[in-house]
Amino acid sequence: MNFEEHAGKSVLARAGLSVPQGRLCASAQEAEAAARAIGPVVVKAQVPTGKRGKSGGVKLAATPEEAAASAQAILGMEIGGFPVARVLVEEQAAIAREFYAAVLNDPASRSPLVLFSTEGGMDIEEVAATRPESLRRMAVDIRKGFGPADARRLLLGLDLGEAAVPVAAMLVDLYRVYRQHDAELLEINPLALLADGRVVPLDCKLTVDDSALYRQTDIAGLGAKEPLSALEERGRALDLKYIELEGNVGVLANGAGLTMTTMDVVSHAGGRPSNFLEIGGEAYTKGTEALDLVLSNPGVKSLVVNFCGAFARTDVMAGGVIQAWKTLNPTVPVFFSIHGTGEDEAVRMVREELGIEPYDRMEDAISAAVEAAR
Amino acid sequence: MIVRKSDRVLVQGITGKQGTFWTEQMQAYGTTVVGGVNPKKAGQSHCGVPIFATAKEAMANGGFDVSVMFIPPAAAKAAAIDAIEAGAKTVVCLTEHIPAHDVMEMHAAAAEHGTRIIGPNTAGIVTPGEGFVGIMPAFNPRVFQPGRVGVISRSGSLGTLVCLNLVRGGHGQSAFLGIGGDPMIGTTTKDALAALIDDPGTDAIALVGEIGGSMEEEAAELVAKTDKPVVSFIAGRASPPGKKMGHAGAIVTGDRGSYASKRGALERAGAVVVDVPGDLPAALDALMAEAAKRSGAQRLAD
Repeated sequence: MNFEEHAGKSVLARAGLSVPQGRLCASAQEAEAAARAIGPVVVKAQVPTGKRGKSGGVKLAATPEEAAASAQAILGMEIGGFPVARVLVEEQAAIAREFYAAVLNDPASRSPLVLFSTEGGMDIEEVAATRPESLRRMAVDIRKGFGPADARRLLLGLDLGEAAVPVAAMLVDLYRVYRQHDAELLEINPLALLADGRVVPLDCKLTVDDSALYRQTDIAGLGAKEPLSALEERGRALDLKYIELEGNVGVLANGAGLTMTTMDVVSHAGGRPSNFLEIGGEAYTKGTEALDLVLSNPGVKSLVVNFCGAFARTDVMAGGVIQAWKTLNPTVPVFFSIHGTGEDEAVRMVREELGIEPYDRMEDAISAAVEAAR
Repeated sequence: MIVRKSDRVLVQGITGKQGTFWTEQMQAYGTTVVGGVNPKKAGQSHCGVPIFATAKEAMANGGFDVSVMFIPPAAAKAAAIDAIEAGAKTVVCLTEHIPAHDVMEMHAAAAEHGTRIIGPNTAGIVTPGEGFVGIMPAFNPRVFQPGRVGVISRSGSLGTLVCLNLVRGGHGQSAFLGIGGDPMIGTTTKDALAALIDDPGTDAIALVGEIGGSMEEEAAELVAKTDKPVVSFIAGRASPPGKKMGHAGAIVTGDRGSYASKRGALERAGAVVVDVPGDLPAALDALMAEAAKRSGAQRLAD
């Protein structure tokens, strides 16, 4: 789950970190009032994605009137596919230097990774490529944690001057927040050294592990809702992972790998899948609901049902599909490929109850479906 | 990491519905199951084997080599660490959706104790004709037959399809190594590949990859060094970037984890990467014939 800047900063503030004064505003009037209270401000689009600055979503405003005009310009923009409905109106900081700091889950070391760079405000990939000497990284033993001594060791040799102490403290704090909240990523870019010597986060990007939301209930409500289509919402409510795509060949398969592969073969055969939807694992009993979902997409012109049963029994899945077929009575042609556990029974059921002959090769079933969708 | 009949297997969560079903399947197939774990039913027996309160207790009473976990996400870390600290050689973690911070703790404990973790989110490992650990249909003769091709897969369903295709094409398997669809798995594609390269029972390797992460790229280094033929299919070519395709690990962000990068790395290393999984057996036949010709020529030269 992604957290917009204001939500990420409120998580930091709750954890006792000092963040700039700011207000979340949904209109030019609110922005104007906020600036009147705060003084010179920055007006920033609130969307759960990066590259806001480059998209014109961040503006300085010296006066309340300027803040209103900036908010007016930013609200209603679209950044990275997200419409901007709110801006953060935040005090302008007297910045002396800008840094980069992050803590993230690192697949390579299978451990938390703390990153710091003296090059703030830039893409970290760009920093890694162009100024590698400015970038420090430390894999952390998650059971030991990351303390002040680790932070000092990480920062050793960087030209930080007086800022070394508050930066080290900030890194320890960021690690604590990351750990407390099951973050996948906590990134502060820029992390600013102010003229008065304080080190404060000027931005905050926080992503919390979806698998851990059950134990992050105190902050889960602050996260940005994933933008889902109506059908995707319906899938979510059924506890099915449905992703709506642009194509016209409906896909129903079991297991993530096989479903991805079915989409690939549709695409390889010159067609376009209309969805990702798998009913593997415990969901294999939800064939009826799943089929209803796939066919509810008005773009669907043909359907591939591709089952390769291991744990998921193909006879149970086929039974669900047959039941749905009889209830929904759809008009689109369907092409089956059924293999693995329960295959003989599943094939017999499809043949006898729907009068359809499953294909022997998955690739042939899919080619036929692609052809039928043309 | 290839399961053998001599491996003594402990089932954590043996008394649950899935634990029971799959324990019976493993036993029927010939896997040596020596016990189960359920703190509430310790002292009883289930599926004909004793139930222990902890993996440590199981280790103290007869011992085990491999533990397989039928444990829900919130309890998975504690169960894995119990098995690791008990001295398990291998922990097969089937559980999906374990919080990543818990997974990292499991890996840290495993590294300290020298335990191999397979998974999380794996369907398990199979050695046809010998034994299996996990939730793969080892007992289905259309999918698994004893043979000489080692199979590596991040996905159980796609791995099943590939094995089925191989058997249809006349190739049995020396081992199926399901490594899991999570971003931070204990045994990587490269680790699994190394095991198959070292395995004298394996003549060729089918490497089933998918988008996300960089495991296939890392494995390509070993592909370049081995004489054993490697064929591959990479799933997720048609998946849109930025979306998790069922597996938490199957996500393309920016250039990271892309299909093109994986395919390119494997092809440059000498693997044959096919467009559709149905083409794997033919690709394998061609490569194995070539390898046989090479070794024949070598014998003549000797």
